Amino acid sequence: MTDRLTSVREIIKTVLPGVDGVLALRSGPGGIVAPYLFSKEHPEELAKLAIWPKEPVPDTLKIILKAHPEAKIAIVCRGCEERGIVEMYKHAQFSLDNVTLIGLQCLQDEAEFCRCAKPYTVHAKTTIGEPIEGVPDSLTDKIAAMSADEKLAFWKQEFEHCIKCYGCRTICPQCFCNICALEDEIWVETGRLPMPNPSMYHMVRAMHMTAKCVACRECEETCPADIPMAVQFRLIARDVKEMFNYEPGAIMEQKPPQLLVLEEGDYARTGLPH
Amino acid sequence: MIEYENVLTTCPYCGTGCAVHLQVLDNKLVGVLPAKNHVISKGGLCIKGWNVHAFVNHPDRLTKPLIRKNGVLEEATWEEALDLVATKLGEIKNESGPDSIAFLSSAKCTNEENFLLSKLARAVIGTNNIDHCARL
Repeated sequence: MTDRLTSVREIIKTVLPGVDGVLALRSGPGGIVAPYLFSKEHPEELAKLAIWPKEPVPDTLKIILKAHPEAKIAIVCRGCEERGIVEMYKHAQFSLDNVTLIGLQCLQDEAEFCRCAKPYTVHAKTTIGEPIEGVPDSLTDKIAAMSADEKLAFWKQEFEHCIKCYGCRTICPQCFCNICALEDEIWVETGRLPMPNPSMYHMVRAMHMTAKCVACRECEETCPADIPMAVQFRLIARDVKEMFNYEPGAIMEQKPPQLLVLEEGDYARTGLPH
Repeated sequence: MIEYENVLTTCPYCGTGCAVHLQVLDNKLVGVLPAKNHVISKGGLCIKGWNVHAFVNHPDRLTKPLIRKNGVLEEATWEEALDLVATKLGEIKNESGPDSIAFLSSAKCTNEENFLLSKLARAVIGTNNIDHCARL
């Protein structure tokens, strides 16, 4: 771990002079980790550089680039975060013209923690660590093997634990619709707990994650009720791969299936929810 | 120069003590992130914690005391407001007794502030009628 941390620090030092900032993680009070924009004005902060636990940095990148569209930013990203950035770029959330990706390859225990199929970057030209093989997702496989009745019973029980914190929606780097269906009374009744029909919230979200979820598992990590919702998105991802031969974040030039009907630039112009 | 950082603090909404990161971009509060390796909240938040940044600079937030005069709320100084509250509480206590007054404290305050309100209720007014918002 220490070696990797040192390598990341050295690379950030070499990149810093040429950019407005390097987005990575910083260890704060009590060792609590959060995203931080390292700058050449404050190189001493690099002493507090951290790489784990991972954070939803693609969303942080969006926050910075929305306010500073021309800024030159380098970002330390893992495989899932890189996929997230690529997918957000395809959905016109920001331009990648001035963004430098620094890939951080995950370790075996990190990949196992995330049940990750692709714990490595593929686009970043600068990388740290050796890419490892993906690990099998036994939870997803177990649920996929259930009968329809078993699945229904399983998810109903899981969704009943939902406290409607909207954390999975809020933390998701791919949840950026201008109008959120989950805030529409038609789908999710406001002001009531427990939710009269928690499946509605989670099914709407599952639909909206189709061909977008990059399997970063931030939703599962932030869920106070430990709902294994990434399983749904991964099962849907298998169908999307089969039907459209599309894997979110994999190929920069490949258009996401839900954007195929739109002309170039239309998506950014309309900002439609999808 | 672009500045982005997360400031670690404790959610003010209830007594659980979840850790929140306030996302600060160019010295402006722009959002909230949970704290994954925090011992209490472990990366989770409830819907109030997720929106804790929203009230800080909200235009509806009261920044000055208001006193109702002739049916209309008017801005007042703290001295004027506190004088009025002290006078009225004294009057009510003299007319109807200390147990006609109740105090509602808050989980948004520190232990020390809550202790002081308890002291005010019990030692100054003379009532045990004190509770706090985290029981709601």
